[in-house]
Amino acid sequence: MRGIASDFNLVTAKNLLEVLNLLKEGYSPFAGGTDLMVLFEAGILAKKKYVSLWGLRDLCGIRIEKESVIIGAATPFTDVIENRSLARLFPDLIQAAKVTGSKAIQNRGTIGGNIANASPAADTPPVLLARRAQLELTSLSGSRWIEYRDFHLDYKKTALREDELISAIRIPIRSKMHVYYRKVGTRNAQAISKVVLSSVARFSKGLVEDISIGVGSVAPFPKACTAVESFLQGKHLTEEVIAKVQGELLKDISPIDDIRSTRSYRLRVAQNCLADFLESLR
Amino acid sequence: MSETTYSLTVNGKKHSVRAHPMERLLDTLREDLKLTGTKEGCGEGECGACSVILDGKLVNSCLVPVAQAHRSTVITIEGIGEKTLTPIQQCFLDCGGTQCGICTPGMIVAATAYAKQGGQANSVSIREWLAGNLCRCTGYAQIIESVKKALQRKKR
Repeated sequence: MRGIASDFNLVTAKNLLEVLNLLKEGYSPFAGGTDLMVLFEAGILAKKKYVSLWGLRDLCGIRIEKESVIIGAATPFTDVIENRSLARLFPDLIQAAKVTGSKAIQNRGTIGGNIANASPAADTPPVLLARRAQLELTSLSGSRWIEYRDFHLDYKKTALREDELISAIRIPIRSKMHVYYRKVGTRNAQAISKVVLSSVARFSKGLVEDISIGVGSVAPFPKACTAVESFLQGKHLTEEVIAKVQGELLKDISPIDDIRSTRSYRLRVAQNCLADFLESLR
Repeated sequence: MSETTYSLTVNGKKHSVRAHPMERLLDTLREDLKLTGTKEGCGEGECGACSVILDGKLVNSCLVPVAQAHRSTVITIEGIGEKTLTPIQQCFLDCGGTQCGICTPGMIVAATAYAKQGGQANSVSIREWLAGNLCRCTGYAQIIESVKKALQRKKR
């Protein structure tokens, strides 16, 4: 264990305002700790001053509204999994949360922390991309909503400003959608994915009325497959179209060789997942 | 950074510890409170050897900074079956659920958390719940069987 506890500070705050003041003073947010503590133990946690977001009522909770669901950024994955309304509205979100780490990780890891950590292999972000979620970013200066699709700029580089944190995630409710989520990894738990594909589509009478796709582990950050989406929009799902869309996928993703997998495997499996979903619609 | 005093209720007993806020709960338990039943296997939240129940939830104590456990309730392996072995513990003995024993505290804590929240005696659910606990000896079959038998015993 390489972490030297005395090099760090972690303070608690009574409410969001206190947190935001501390962020202005150079503190960093610390939610469930399931990512930051790993860095700490490896001796590579860069920032030294943290403010705990754990259990802050302003940042936790799941609110079901008429047209969208709003999830507090510091909501642990377990709360997402156990929410009956979410299971009905977004089964893909639940599926993703259930394959995140393990039960012990889900009890502490938060949806906002997972997004902010910006791993390209994160399990839930592809669902948020497919569902065109929005993020609320908050600082002392106020709050702003952005499209999650605009959040990731490059590998581990996000649109968060220095003194901002993610305060909430909003997911629009859409009915009568076909839903797909597939995570490919070495085992069913505690596995960082080789490929993740999440998709939501409105499909009727052989026609793709609308489709959105989010992928993970095949780009420097969780990515929306906009070329594939544009290509499939309004098309009849024929065998020819399903074959042709594989080429479009190449425009959206840039898989690499790394310790977990290879470029060619990732490409092939991503194509297979996409075909798997489209075939199931036909 | 200086140390702070934190209060934790561990296995029903109140403790005051002085620690740096970032100190791992795992180390607080083992070093400060001398409760060495909780083990360190990986130091990165992958193996579950450090499993404890924090405020009623199964967690990896190597990933919890003690500052976030202030005023919390912790159950460690020492707090399970203090007077008599619980059905889960007895079944681990009866069914060969333990060999070298290093994963056992974590497995028992995880299984106990499963039982506490009404976990059912079926292999698929047990496997899913225990997926965060690794064992290098048993091949898991006897562990799953131990938990299943204990839960079946409970039903009767």
